[in-house]
Amino acid sequence: MNPVAIAAVVAVASAITWGLRALPFAALAPLRQSALLAQLRLTMPLGIMIILTIYTVSGIEVTGENLITYGAGIAVTAALQLWKRHVSISILVGTAVHMLLVAWLG
Amino acid sequence: MDDPTPEAEPTDPVPTEGHLRMTLPVGLGLFPLGLAFGALVVHAGLSWWWATVFSTIVYAGSLEFLLVGMAVTGVPLAQVALSTLLVNSRHVFYALSFPLHNVDGKVGKAYATFALTDEAYAVTTSPEAQRWTSRQIIGVQVFFQLCWVGGATLGALAGSVLPLDQLDGLDFALTALFVVLAIEAARDRPDRLTAAVAIVCAAVALAISREHLLPIAFAGFTAVQVWRARRDPIAIPPESTGPTAPAAGPGEVPS
Repeated sequence: MNPVAIAAVVAVASAITWGLRALPFAALAPLRQSALLAQLRLTMPLGIMIILTIYTVSGIEVTGENLITYGAGIAVTAALQLWKRHVSISILVGTAVHMLLVAWLG
Repeated sequence: MDDPTPEAEPTDPVPTEGHLRMTLPVGLGLFPLGLAFGALVVHAGLSWWWATVFSTIVYAGSLEFLLVGMAVTGVPLAQVALSTLLVNSRHVFYALSFPLHNVDGKVGKAYATFALTDEAYAVTTSPEAQRWTSRQIIGVQVFFQLCWVGGATLGALAGSVLPLDQLDGLDFALTALFVVLAIEAARDRPDRLTAAVAIVCAAVALAISREHLLPIAFAGFTAVQVWRARRDPIAIPPESTGPTAPAAGPGEVPS
């Protein structure tokens, strides 16, 4: 793989990410009182995370094996998070369950 | 800049107990996720040091997982730019309550905004963080990035000596991360209608084009949420009244 092309990906992503994080401090300063933005700030995160979750599984084929490995992984992750609320444990155990099932069924 | 008198500056730059209580678990949570990211980089066929480069220079956890796939398949830079805009557009809202006014100096402010990740935002806008000094805010952010870069580098190094064909399914860590973040967002603010809108938008976008699911779904979701907010405003306690006042109220839940 061409290192220059990968470096370009890194540079573009880095510049835009920094811009998104830094520029709004200037742009939004007059809008701190905006009721619309305040409401969006409250309601957007849940929807964004749901859409991102769906995106990460949107490329998999609908097979029995995938339904089991992804379904079990998501169920374990969600159950652990709802129960213990420990982010890293939920992710690690959920991923481990998914990977074990992939290795076992594959 | 808010406290020009040196004697007003706390003499102890070491985080207080309450400070540590929030920072350590989050940092320690970043480390294993970094390990997974590093292993994924090597698994995708890149050299181990790309994990260090990605985690240091881009430093946007969830986006980095997506970027690895894009870098390997060689998608057009325009698509990289669009995906970055969409995935990280949520950061725009962080400017509303991150205590940047408590960070001193141009370099400090530059780094504070560069390293304004979800985790940094969540911890620095917590009620007990409102009295943190510049050094404490930056210190937390540096600690988080060290955990992330360290995890990614170690994961990539380990991945390059271990048999990685055993590691199919490792990219599930990204799905798990978003599941956890969605649950936490719902816990902060339960909102079934918003969840339903997001699911419908994602389903419609998937039906239109799987390749462009993110831009279509985000655009549709944002449009619906703006329409809903205009039609049915909810009562929200006002934010700060001035540029130097604490931006987040003491009772505010970080998102």
